[in-house]
Amino acid sequence: MNASLLGKRSDLDRMEGSRVNTGQILMTISTIILVITVALPMIMIIYNVFFYEWSFDWQLFATMLTDPDNLAAMWNTIKISFFVTVLGTIVGLFFAWLIGRSDIPLKGLMKTLFVVPYMFPPFIAAMAWGLLLSPRSGYINKIFMAITGGSRPLFNINSLAGIVFVELCYYFPFVFIQVSSALERMDPTLEESARIAGANQMTVIRKITMPLVVPAIAAGAMLILISSLSHFGVPAILGFSNHIFTLPTKIYELIYRSAGSFEGIRQGASLSVLLVVVVVLALAIQQRILRAGRYDIIRGKSMRPMLIKLRGFKIPLLVVSILFLAFVVVLPLFIIFAVGCLKAYGLPLRLENMTLNNFKYVLFNSKMARDSIKNSFFLSISSAVITMFAGTMIAYVIVKLQPKGKGVLEVLGILPYSIPGIVLAVGVILTWSGAFGVNLYNTIWIILIAYVARYMAFSLKSASASLEQVHDSLEEASRTCGASHFESLVDITLPLIRPGMVAGFFLIFLPSMRELTTSLLLYGPFTRTMGVAIYSIHEEGNTVQACALAGVAILIIIAGELLLRHITRERKGT
Amino acid sequence: MDQVILKNVTKHFTTKAFGKVTAVNNVSLNIKEGECFSFLGPSGCGKTTTLRLIAGFEDLSSGEIWFGDKPMSIKDKNYYLPPEDRGLGMVFQAFAVWPHLNVFENVAFPLRIQRVNKTDMAAKVKEALKHTNLSGLEEKFPSELSGGQQQRIALARAIVTNPKILLLDEPLSNLDPKLRENMRFEIKDLQRRFNFTIVYVTHDQAEAMALSDRMLVMDMGVIQQIDTPTDMYNNPSNRFVFGFLGLSNFLPVNLSDGRAYPYGSSSVGLNLEIPPDFSDDQAILATRPNEIHLVAEGGYRTRIKNRVFLGDSVEYRVDIGQAEIRIHTYEDKGFKVGDICGVEFSKVTWYPAREDGSDEERERRKII
Repeated sequence: MNASLLGKRSDLDRMEGSRVNTGQILMTISTIILVITVALPMIMIIYNVFFYEWSFDWQLFATMLTDPDNLAAMWNTIKISFFVTVLGTIVGLFFAWLIGRSDIPLKGLMKTLFVVPYMFPPFIAAMAWGLLLSPRSGYINKIFMAITGGSRPLFNINSLAGIVFVELCYYFPFVFIQVSSALERMDPTLEESARIAGANQMTVIRKITMPLVVPAIAAGAMLILISSLSHFGVPAILGFSNHIFTLPTKIYELIYRSAGSFEGIRQGASLSVLLVVVVVLALAIQQRILRAGRYDIIRGKSMRPMLIKLRGFKIPLLVVSILFLAFVVVLPLFIIFAVGCLKAYGLPLRLENMTLNNFKYVLFNSKMARDSIKNSFFLSISSAVITMFAGTMIAYVIVKLQPKGKGVLEVLGILPYSIPGIVLAVGVILTWSGAFGVNLYNTIWIILIAYVARYMAFSLKSASASLEQVHDSLEEASRTCGASHFESLVDITLPLIRPGMVAGFFLIFLPSMRELTTSLLLYGPFTRTMGVAIYSIHEEGNTVQACALAGVAILIIIAGELLLRHITRERKGT
Repeated sequence: MDQVILKNVTKHFTTKAFGKVTAVNNVSLNIKEGECFSFLGPSGCGKTTTLRLIAGFEDLSSGEIWFGDKPMSIKDKNYYLPPEDRGLGMVFQAFAVWPHLNVFENVAFPLRIQRVNKTDMAAKVKEALKHTNLSGLEEKFPSELSGGQQQRIALARAIVTNPKILLLDEPLSNLDPKLRENMRFEIKDLQRRFNFTIVYVTHDQAEAMALSDRMLVMDMGVIQQIDTPTDMYNNPSNRFVFGFLGLSNFLPVNLSDGRAYPYGSSSVGLNLEIPPDFSDDQAILATRPNEIHLVAEGGYRTRIKNRVFLGDSVEYRVDIGQAEIRIHTYEDKGFKVGDICGVEFSKVTWYPAREDGSDEERERRKII
């Protein structure tokens, strides 16, 4: 009796033992990856800000914090992100409701089009709006001044309001997407039972629909807030000429001005700490204001929700929506390609002034532009492949193995979400410029490391979502058929999540194709990315060539988006 | 007095995949005051759409709906009263209890819309919660309660304004069987107490029969029969209704020389009298399993294929021609599988062999 019991126990031990072993190996690798890419840069920032030659030194931080220029930059950051978040939420909410709950025509088309601004690289949009609305040379302002005969421009885009406007146009889809899907999932009988109870349409919206989508609004607004606080491109393009700085652009300026000296980087690191503190505080405040409810958005039974008849407002609202889209998407696209075709910047936009030479120049003649396209492809593909596999592995450890200490992995994995790209770049410089005997500064590898750290959270999130769809019993069934843990992983789990991994690849490939912030701090003479190249050409004043290269970047992004859509649609079809 | 009146109500939907579908086809119907009236039918038959037309969630394609002498929807005059002005109570299949409001707030919502003052509101909510056995749960949120309790909140919310008409859309189908039976009694009890007119949609025939004063069976948007549960069960007007209510056997036969021959058995006829008004050369014989008996001698000779002991009864299966027939008997005569025995019918309903409506159309409608 005892013997047989003991025998069983040791079998169990062996089984448990092997399980823990595989888990431990994966867990160790995952931890090492996250510590090197995420934790180390953060630690290096804090160390370099508060310690100097191994002793505590808060002098630098205090000086930086009391500098009125830096405080002004902080104040600007807060103002801009506050207005972008509030206005972006209102705009996103309005259009989501219009498409989800009213009888406005052309819904399918509009739903697709409203997501387009989300793919538009904001710094290219900022360039486009600069071309349209800069006070003296903007095309719209010039037309306006010609009509009024005065010298006052219609709108000065090189201002706080201008920066808010451009960020708002390209960040509102965060709320739009979240709220649209919440409205789709919401059980329409929740609204119908309020109608039966005697509430009219407006009361239903106020008392039932709105409170129920609050969690979705909160999630979308949080994404806007984080993005806007850490955003670099728009304030850099529109603000520098008018000496408007935000914390991210100030960090860049400090490091750039000091030509990459250690002191400059330390100053940048101090402001980075400040920026992270602002982000964390803003998130905490927002959580308090928009506290997500204790309810989920309810399972949807597919019923047609009652659509609100817009009656007389139907056509005007349709026109408003289409004009808004034209304004936000078509106009900037047009101006980028039109100016990209001009023989020289400043010539009127007429056909006889057009040429394709700029495109030819950036694609074939300029080594810098050509290199930048090559670099961007190399960086995007390699960072997407690396993060896709690493992210899947880490997600597998967190979701399926659930070892002790998985909380650390989770936190490290999600951290880069709320760490601004510019801060991450500062950390990567401090870590990989010889501090640990490895100096990658000015090489392409330092950019790759930064990309991997930055996009790991994307991959982790999408891989976790697909892994949660794979029920444990599927792998267990394979184990009972005699397959080892590793074999089950390769033969069962991986094939099942492959479509999710492919989608995850594009989720990283596309944003890294248009990345600007981290690359701008990390690039060397031969490692410009497309974003950096567009930015530098634009800064040099070669506007037409910058627009041509921006046009090329946009075409690549559109092609990638179409490919992604094609792949995900095929997946739905099977 | 008639409380809910439908006159030639038709509703079309246009879907991308299937084109125009007539969900409700020329339905006319009078529901009396204080009556409990059920809509019964398979999924996709149009019963829920009819209820939503009564509630006002959908506009008619043609026809009229009246509550007593008050018009609700009159398509010809383009008159349509929105749901909030129809003064109804309604309970939905998925409960539709608002997750962001607690029990009291959920039930008080209709009163709040009517701007009832605080004291009256508290009294009425208390009353409604008492009748639905929810007293003491006022402060709870729906997520803290069981499915049965959530359904009671929905019920309390529907009756709190004491509406004349109560619409129930498969209200019990998300509950487990035991709870379902209890709730059935509670609904019936509430109706007796407050004399609501109830319109009840269900695909569960036992529920419909237990609750209804009268009911209708619908198929493919068309009313098949309106009757009391007893009359409907005993005298189904067509094969669809027969098959939809209770257990049934359908035995196709050829008719010649005044005798009925089961398909696949051209030599041996059944010992049945063909109804005088029946002139086709084919027919379908419909029977209930308890209206067929097994006998040792005589009857239609066949072999026992299967025998299942069900506790209070025994179920046999035999072949008659090509058709398999189920027989329920409470007096087991002890036949074994393989025994030869005779089959006798105590009651048979004759239907024409060909009937309108294809199964294909039925499948198509289910998707929509």
